[in-house]
Amino acid sequence: MSATVAVSTRGIVKDFESGDATARVLHGIDLDLRAGELTMLVGPSGCGKTTLLSIITGILTPTAGTVNVYGVDLGSLRGQDKVAFRRARLGFIFQQYNLLPALTAAENAALPLVAAGLTLKDAVPRAAEVLRRMDMGAHLDKTPSHLSGGQQQRVAIARALVHGPQLVVCDEPTAALDAHTGLTVMETLREIALDPGRAVLVVTHDSRIFRYADRIVRMSDGRIESDQLNGETHHETTPPAAHWHAAARRRAAGVRDSLLDGASHA
Amino acid sequence: MGEIALRMLLGDRAKYLGLVFGITFATLLMSQQVSIFIGLMARTASQILDVREADIWVMDPRVQYIDEIKALPDKQLARVRGVPGVEWAVPFFKGLGVVRAPGGIMQQVILLGVDDATLTGRPPQMIHGRWEDLKQPDAMIMDRAGWEFTWPGEPFQPGRVIEINDRRVVVVGLAEASPPFVTFPVVFTRYTEALRLAPGERNRMSFVLARAAGGEDPKAVAQRITAQTGLQALTSQEFQWRSINHYLKRTGIPINFGITVVLGFIVGAAVAGQTFYLFVLENLRQFGALKAIGVGNRQILGMVLLQALLVAFVGFSLGIGLSAAFFEATSGVTALRGFILRTEVIAATGGAVALILAIASFASLRKVLVLDPAIVFRG
Ligand SMILES: Nc1ncnc2c1ncn2[C@@H]1O[C@H](COP(=O)(O)OP(=O)(O)OP(=O)(O)O)[C@@H](O)[C@H]1O
Ligand SMILES: [Mg+2]
Repeated sequence: MSATVAVSTRGIVKDFESGDATARVLHGIDLDLRAGELTMLVGPSGCGKTTLLSIITGILTPTAGTVNVYGVDLGSLRGQDKVAFRRARLGFIFQQYNLLPALTAAENAALPLVAAGLTLKDAVPRAAEVLRRMDMGAHLDKTPSHLSGGQQQRVAIARALVHGPQLVVCDEPTAALDAHTGLTVMETLREIALDPGRAVLVVTHDSRIFRYADRIVRMSDGRIESDQLNGETHHETTPPAAHWHAAARRRAAGVRDSLLDGASHA
Repeated sequence: MGEIALRMLLGDRAKYLGLVFGITFATLLMSQQVSIFIGLMARTASQILDVREADIWVMDPRVQYIDEIKALPDKQLARVRGVPGVEWAVPFFKGLGVVRAPGGIMQQVILLGVDDATLTGRPPQMIHGRWEDLKQPDAMIMDRAGWEFTWPGEPFQPGRVIEINDRRVVVVGLAEASPPFVTFPVVFTRYTEALRLAPGERNRMSFVLARAAGGEDPKAVAQRITAQTGLQALTSQEFQWRSINHYLKRTGIPINFGITVVLGFIVGAAVAGQTFYLFVLENLRQFGALKAIGVGNRQILGMVLLQALLVAFVGFSLGIGLSAAFFEATSGVTALRGFILRTEVIAATGGAVALILAIASFASLRKVLVLDPAIVFRG
């Protein structure tokens, strides 16, 4: 497992103003995400997980503190630069998929490439390639309304990976899915998202998917409570995910090659 | 992202059709009403322009427009002729007559009496016969509308006899005359013939038509006529605008048309604007996802404007097409004769449509551009 720090936050504080009252949602968060690892951010509702995720991705600006993503200080990026940074380096997976209803699965997955300047015609074959690796080859030309929730979330995963991002963030990726579908989606995510050059951050409530994590960060009330390799609490020498990890990495190699190839064009 | 924007728009069939319908409706209503209005105003003017030989109209000072007749005493003709710079001046009669069709139906007509010697004021364009035939005894030339009324469905045939104000006249020709504002048929006779046909008072001369001598400015000559005779002398163009201004100021016509046009604009703006706003609003999550993914505000702006542009183009084209089809289909209808879709009207309607969608996209763009991409993380 690589020890390269992909993302590090120091002293992140976030206040939300509502009227004349100010609510402090994050109280000084120090967090490191490592490349090649899947980190899960867990904790009770309202503890600030989504807020932290938004800050790490540059969507929200912290009240205080710094965010560093692969050597780039987000605080130093302005407007267009921040947008370009997100476009090139980040992949997003949302609870509500947020696919465009008018586009096919392959076209939806191709969006980050199109945003970067490719035509749909050039981008779609590369997105289709990613979808095929996820057993979605039969659904390339279907619109989201003709796909199940799990299939839609797979399209969203493809969209998050198609441009070969260095950081993939997922907010409650399984919350809208039934238990079984949630597990298979996580399996897919783990299989194709993990890469030595990529950090994956999953925010979740869903304890059934904890086993797919390399590292689990527990939050409560705007603070980090614990940050441990998965399985440490069980006093096992090898984290369960690590076994799985080795096999998955081999399976993912093929996909990665095509993705890295794609990223160099985007 | 243009391709994506168009796919988003076309993917929402119902909204797309609603948008196009709104713009089509607004375009049709505005272009058609403005065209009819301009056509009506032009009718007033075109009657004056039909008299090509004269460039000055002399009339009673109280006359405001072409259809208002205040007869002049005959001696005024000689006085106008005596003004320096007037090459010639002739009398012109304009009045109403009643035609009795063979079936007994009566129809009011506009009776024009043209100078016996020169036939100044004669029909501008003949369909059948020659205008010189007006010199024959009891001769009369009708316009197409008059013929269609009197002998509906029959081809033109010279020598038919009808009665005007119970006096017998012979039709010698068929003319194309500009339709008058009141849409009555137009009938041409010699001046003396018109006096014979029309019920008489002492003063009979409606206008004196004059021409400025070569090298003289008609406007200056007209002013000289006014100064010397106390009559109102206007160049053809001045008289045309005076007539149009009369209708603009003294009648409810411009207000009525104005209301319809404004209504077309408002309904179009409301329907299209509202639908477009809803369309953007419903896609807010999608736009939020695009922004999170790294689509910049400038790209989003381009997307929304492209969507507005497509709707504007399709709706406007359909609307103008329908409007043109309307005028094409009604070109044979006498009451709508001469109403055409002018390039200026098309351009102005295009401007109005652009304004509608500019407003609509501005309203919705604000929503998208200030949109917090964090919206997509909310469940
Ligand atoms: N834009 C905002 N304005 C004001 N308060 C906010 C805003 N966004 C979040 N909050 C508050 O910040 C706190 C943390 O919210 P956040 O969405 O980060 O929680 P979470 O851990 O993701 O919860 P959940 O598990 O329910 O998604 C909550 O109390 C929330 O009400
Ligand atoms: Mg949350």
